[in-house]
Amino acid sequence: MLSRTAENLFWMARYMERAESTARLLTMGQRMAILPGAHHREEWRSVVRATGAEHQFPEGKPVTESDVVSFLMLDLDNPSSIRSCLLKARANAKSARTMLTQDMWESLNEGWRKLDSYDIAEARAQMPTLIDWVKTRVMTFRGAADSGQLRNEGHDFLRTGSALERAQMTLRLLDVKYYVLLPETEVIGGNRDHYQWTSVLYALSGARAYHHVYGGTYTPWQITDFLMLNTLFPRSVAFCYHELAHRLQRLAGWHDHSGPCHETIDRMVAELDALDSGEIFRRGLHETVQHGLMMTNRLGFEIAQTYHFG
Amino acid sequence: MPFHEMFEPDGSVRPCYDEVQQWVERTGIAGLNRRLDEAEAIFRRIGITFAVYGEGGDPERLIPFDLLPRIFTAQEWRLLDKGIRQRARALNAFLHDVYHRGEIVKAGIMPADIIYNNSAYLAEMADFTPPGKVYSHIVGIDIVRTGPEGFEVLEDNCRTPSGVSYMLENREIMTRMFPELFSQGLVAPVDDYPAELLKSLKEVAPPACKGDPVVVVLTPGSLNSAYYEHSFLADLMGVELVEPADLFVDEDRVWMKTTLGPKAVDVIYRRIDDEYLDPLVFRPDSLLGVPGIFSVYRNGGVTLASAPGSGIADDKAVYIYVPEMIRFYLGEKPILDNIRTWQCGKPDELAYVLEHLHELVAKEVHGSGGYGMLIGPKASKAEVEAYAERIRANPAEFIAQPTLDLSTVPTLGPASVVGRHADFRPYCLVGKQIRLVPGGLTRVALTEGSLVVNSSQGGGVKDTWVMQE
Repeated sequence: MLSRTAENLFWMARYMERAESTARLLTMGQRMAILPGAHHREEWRSVVRATGAEHQFPEGKPVTESDVVSFLMLDLDNPSSIRSCLLKARANAKSARTMLTQDMWESLNEGWRKLDSYDIAEARAQMPTLIDWVKTRVMTFRGAADSGQLRNEGHDFLRTGSALERAQMTLRLLDVKYYVLLPETEVIGGNRDHYQWTSVLYALSGARAYHHVYGGTYTPWQITDFLMLNTLFPRSVAFCYHELAHRLQRLAGWHDHSGPCHETIDRMVAELDALDSGEIFRRGLHETVQHGLMMTNRLGFEIAQTYHFG
Repeated sequence: MPFHEMFEPDGSVRPCYDEVQQWVERTGIAGLNRRLDEAEAIFRRIGITFAVYGEGGDPERLIPFDLLPRIFTAQEWRLLDKGIRQRARALNAFLHDVYHRGEIVKAGIMPADIIYNNSAYLAEMADFTPPGKVYSHIVGIDIVRTGPEGFEVLEDNCRTPSGVSYMLENREIMTRMFPELFSQGLVAPVDDYPAELLKSLKEVAPPACKGDPVVVVLTPGSLNSAYYEHSFLADLMGVELVEPADLFVDEDRVWMKTTLGPKAVDVIYRRIDDEYLDPLVFRPDSLLGVPGIFSVYRNGGVTLASAPGSGIADDKAVYIYVPEMIRFYLGEKPILDNIRTWQCGKPDELAYVLEHLHELVAKEVHGSGGYGMLIGPKASKAEVEAYAERIRANPAEFIAQPTLDLSTVPTLGPASVVGRHADFRPYCLVGKQIRLVPGGLTRVALTEGSLVVNSSQGGGVKDTWVMQE
């Protein structure tokens, strides 16, 4: 397969994941902003932080819902905005058109300019509908890839991109919210933190899943265990690492060749498998999350290197 | 009255259109117009669009699609088929000749000037013979109809004629939406075009190729106006769609960069102009090209389809001589006529053109896409005068043709079936064999009376049926 095509598939999947993540973050922001006694401004700031773009909003100046909706939904200068992600995913798809099924292409092509016609006011007014629309687009795309795409290396590149993006999203969200999971805040925060946790779980569409695994109680250990280490929850860091290892291994099989990215993912999996939530808190949740972000970035770089991306 | 391809002058329906007439009556004009919206939605969703440069608005536009098919009888097609193949052979023979001994010039049939001083002539191709002696692997011949028996060639396209994806997609949409029309199996299928194209391309593999030839489609990129077609053809042939940056030259071969490392490429169906192919030979400022590719080509390491320099055969000044080429190279009588053409470069013909400009169609020799032409009878006096000024300033750059009484084809109007002018472009494939799928692209001028069918100027497309015996 052409290296450029592999790169396009990898990034197409990443952008589609990112579009969904951003949409979910906006929902989280809205949920948190209406919590009793919530500090609205800071909630919206944490949403922006979770996308890794906090530097766009100078300290000391309040971040409003309007700012965030504009920045995360519509702003073409923001590479993580939903509009940017959908446009870029489509551009990637167009460039790798021959590797996509008709259904995959149609899922990316349909309504690709829809957000062009929205201004901030309208986007805010229709946010729930728009967010549902984005999620449906992404899920249709995923479904089309799942049910129709040949299981050749192209599919593995697609899934690699998707797993990497997902791991980073969960890590970034933990990075932003780690302080509410610190054990001492359990005593202080009470009610508010309970909502904070559930909001994080909602943002990762894991609220129901969490209950199935841990029952009705929320504790920092359990939430950390769920988001970092649970191997059944498809947005946990461990699940994504395992998926990355699986996909990269398949790629190594296709090519009869492995590179630095294969060593790195093996190391990441081994490190994470050796942890439990107690160990994470002993080492520091923040440090563990930071390490994860560093390793996933490095992995992305090494994948590009191994497969001669442009 | 121009010849109407569906209705006789007395209003009765020509037999080959019987089925379509019944369908129109059954569905009703309003019903058909509703289905048209549906068809456009499908086109849009599939992404069959073309880009229009520099006009703003939607960067990816749809070509208007007309639901009513254009029909050729089996008998009409027999004539067209022979004529098209004949012309494709003659054009390739001509290309081989002008890049070798130039017998046609020596025989005094064509002036040397028109060939060797032509910007479309590529001196770098001299004395080189491409595999199978094939230069133009896909010959698109634009044909107009003037009467029941009258077919005339408007121009030839020997480089990279576009539009074949519309031939395939128009049929696809029609069969998807109106399966009942095809249920009797009377319409000749066109869907084996990609397979035929691949066969033709594999037949011209270069000497360096060992085993099954690796074919690729080379596109300038996803912003090109015909990108959809490039990806569509690559997809249907099951070959890689590459951009110039995916290719490089090493050890007298062309390689593509893959996740497995470099892979040798044998045949390149390139949809990129000569001048951008290789910055070492042609435009040094081209960012698109593959440095060194031309030298590999000349050394037999890769085949380029079409061959660089093929454009000399579809030059408008050369066009005039195609009937002579057919007699000279093939010893045959031309089956399809040319349109009478005056060359303004010749003093006596210039005088005629200037005198009759208001009743002629005048064109720039090197123009394309329907731009820069004058349709005398439709132009104002001032426009005609201004154009005459341009011709006088540079006569050799212009030709003129009579305004033909072009046939009209049935087209769906808001309230009735109306007649509109159309042309027809079949795609003749040349490898070791010559192949022609029964069909082509019918482009239709959607404005009443208009003769300009180019999509950039409001033309549309429709399905073209060749009836089986």
